[in-house]
Amino acid sequence: MSEINVQRRQFLKMSMGVAAVSIAPGIFLFDMAHGKADANKVRWGMLIETANCAEGCNDCVTACNTENGLSDGVSSTDSQWIRKIEIKDISTGRETSLPMMCQHCEHPPCVDVCPTGASFKRADGIVLVDKHLCIGCRYCMMACPYKARSFVHEPLQNQNPDVPRGRGTVESCTMCVHRIDQGQQPACAVACPNKSILFGNLNDPDSEIATRIRTVASAQVRADLGLNPGVRYQGL
Amino acid sequence: MLRLLSILAVLCLCIPAYATESSAIPKLDIGKGGECVKEPQWMRKNHMHLLTHQRDEVVHKGVRDDKISLKNCIECHASTKDDSVIARDDSFCVACHRYEAVKLDCFECHSGERKSAWLKRNSK
Repeated sequence: MSEINVQRRQFLKMSMGVAAVSIAPGIFLFDMAHGKADANKVRWGMLIETANCAEGCNDCVTACNTENGLSDGVSSTDSQWIRKIEIKDISTGRETSLPMMCQHCEHPPCVDVCPTGASFKRADGIVLVDKHLCIGCRYCMMACPYKARSFVHEPLQNQNPDVPRGRGTVESCTMCVHRIDQGQQPACAVACPNKSILFGNLNDPDSEIATRIRTVASAQVRADLGLNPGVRYQGL
Repeated sequence: MLRLLSILAVLCLCIPAYATESSAIPKLDIGKGGECVKEPQWMRKNHMHLLTHQRDEVVHKGVRDDKISLKNCIECHASTKDDSVIARDDSFCVACHRYEAVKLDCFECHSGERKSAWLKRNSK
């Protein structure tokens, strides 16, 4: 969502508030949803050090596939939650390797476009699909500028009991939410042999990730879109 | 008059047959069983409400109450023979759902297998 759109939303909220109050004191025709997360609470994020991310290394992708029961791209329509990409600056010839997955935006476009409310953002900043509500329309896949989401085309068997997945729904990186809820780190962050993926609470000023992003230069991919992703890249 | 009497007689004979059929509960493999949430008759009527409530709490708020989670139900109720609640016609979930003709779509996404068994098979 662009800066202009955020302001427009604020304006609409304010004008609706004024309209609601003006009917009569204490009587509201409607009320706003109170889902706004407390800014002081947890916001999970990642910092990826691209200088350490080795070209050709696929350990984070393999760990993700194992943890979440993905097939590792056996067929062309199979899900992919995280992928390695190699980019090259044509003018300087500098090559960079980095993992790309759901960026867990503060203003996720996938949530804006979802017609059923299946695509949502948890209070701790993790963007998820509630597969009980997903109808498989794939609007979110089109809206995502990072191409982070996949659609499950085939019936699945032998899912991880902690990671339910099924045909007809859209899915993407969950930041290993089942592990986070148990106090563990995401599988990719644990598996990285070069410790390139730093996971932590962006809102806790004492956390390692908050200290790092305060002291070293890091960038968000497509920061111009104003989505404020929770995944940041160092040395991009 | 005779016709009416014969119809009544037939109806009288039918009632006990119907009564015995409705009280027949499908035979099912309850696995380890036990009563950790509520008594069985209450659970037969209300388990779906507990599961729906639990699923929203988990997915949206991350509140993982292990006691009433589907995974925990499966842990005790999966068959001791094949570690599953859906593998056979008399498996814990399948037997009743088939008897009541209620579609069971949880397991299109969720695993119907005991987690310990899944781990054993997938940790090579």
